[in-house]
Amino acid sequence: METIVFSLLNGVIYGLLLFMLSSGLTLIFSMMGVLNFAHASFYMLGAYFAYSIAGVTNFWIALILAPVLVGLVGAAVEKWGLRSVHANGHVAELLFTFGLAYLIDEVVKIIWGRNAVDYRVPELLDFPMFELFGAQYPAYRVFILLVSVGMLAALWFILNRTRAGLIIQAALTHPHMVGHLGHNVPRIFMSVFGAGCALAGLAGVIGGNYLVTDPAMAVQMGPIVFVVVVVGGLGSLTGAFLAAMLLGLMQTFAVGIDASFADIFGWLGLSATSELGGITIASLAPMIPFLMLVLILMVRPRGLMGDREL
Amino acid sequence: MTEPMLTVKDLHAFYGKSHVLRGVHMEIMPGEVIALLGRNGVGRSTTAKAIMGEVPPKGEITFKGQRIDGLESYRIAHLGLGYVPESRDIFPMMTVRENLILGIKDMKKPGRWTIEEMLEMFPNLKERADNLAGVLSGGEKQMLTMCRTLMGNPDLIIIDEPTEGLAPKIVQQVGDMIADIARAGVAILLVEQKLSIALRIAARVYVMGHGEIVYEGTPEDFKTRADIRKEWLEV
Repeated sequence: METIVFSLLNGVIYGLLLFMLSSGLTLIFSMMGVLNFAHASFYMLGAYFAYSIAGVTNFWIALILAPVLVGLVGAAVEKWGLRSVHANGHVAELLFTFGLAYLIDEVVKIIWGRNAVDYRVPELLDFPMFELFGAQYPAYRVFILLVSVGMLAALWFILNRTRAGLIIQAALTHPHMVGHLGHNVPRIFMSVFGAGCALAGLAGVIGGNYLVTDPAMAVQMGPIVFVVVVVGGLGSLTGAFLAAMLLGLMQTFAVGIDASFADIFGWLGLSATSELGGITIASLAPMIPFLMLVLILMVRPRGLMGDREL
Repeated sequence: MTEPMLTVKDLHAFYGKSHVLRGVHMEIMPGEVIALLGRNGVGRSTTAKAIMGEVPPKGEITFKGQRIDGLESYRIAHLGLGYVPESRDIFPMMTVRENLILGIKDMKKPGRWTIEEMLEMFPNLKERADNLAGVLSGGEKQMLTMCRTLMGNPDLIIIDEPTEGLAPKIVQQVGDMIADIARAGVAILLVEQKLSIALRIAARVYVMGHGEIVYEGTPEDFKTRADIRKEWLEV
């Protein structure tokens, strides 16, 4: 029971972090028509920016300032980089974001070094929030939960209940028509790219100290975020949300399960000491996202909620 | 004599290597209704797209005294040039009302009509104001797309094939609506196949053939020119 409740909570938190990253990516995908390989690098930038800002001021200023800075970097990349590459087609755009990801990785290593930095949970939130079944639950995780849910609500409100959100949605599907109606589509695209990067940055700010802040964090998170976007359905926020939750929960539960192949397939005569029988469910957890990716592309190529194929 | 509102001089356009427009000349006076006729594939829609900047134009396009060839489409729209494309391009996942809201360029500058007034004028749309635009009939979609462009308060509106694929009764309604727009003082460039609609509304007629204007005249004169109709319009 204890494992279930804690896995559920942790899974939801991980899922919300994944969604924060993939929501920006899926919006940018709808707009560009290609996946932005550098998206997780903006997540990493968020964590490092927050680490440096928190070092000279405090976490709360970093929480606001770091995502804004990441968003500005993203908007600049769109305006002065991607926009000129766009004319040369999707392959050029894809390669551009690919190169950008490596560029950001190297810059991060030059500025902050190759090892993990000591980006910590703020003291104010560094206490156990409540005790359940004799185990303590850290307050910072509850904080991540609240920030994520707040972000989710704000994103939903802006996209569905404001005129600016309607213009964005229309521009994603009918950019020419939106231009003919007098809306500045290039500026809309720059803003969406910037906002998407800012969301990734925010995920870095609140996730970097919960997980780890090192130069490998982008490379580790990047593929999983792609899985979320593809499984959810390219361009669908609802799909990305469902996929992020599903992945978050599945991965967390798999890690929490204390069982091996021998326990499950014991009736086949598999022993715990054999090589196959010794494989634990927990050790399979990192495989789950990619298994899902492969399966969904075979069975339902447009993803859970997507309206177009890859 | 007032200045033309839109002047098109020696307009050329290309799709890859194919030379689609071969020197189109055209003038539209303020408040004037022009019909652009011609067979399929002679470049009428391309003329509309080139004026709106959707196809790169080569030549001189002047709107209200300002060159617009090469301008970004949103800037052209802000000068007061509206465009209703053949594809209609309504936003299917939004309501009729939301579609109209998106037609407004600047919330601080009210146009000729408010959304409520627009809905009063078109009762079919009013009934469906809160329905998703994607479930409307073809005729309703056409009306919506014209209303949406009117919300942006254009002085000239280019309407491409508004009656294509519509039932005869609906064609009549759309024709009435275009006549209403003209009466409100908005100049119209109507790209149309159906002579009945075009000749009823237009003050002047242009006929296109092979990427050029091959005839220009009043509807009265046009009616006497069986030769033009035979050579350039009848299939």
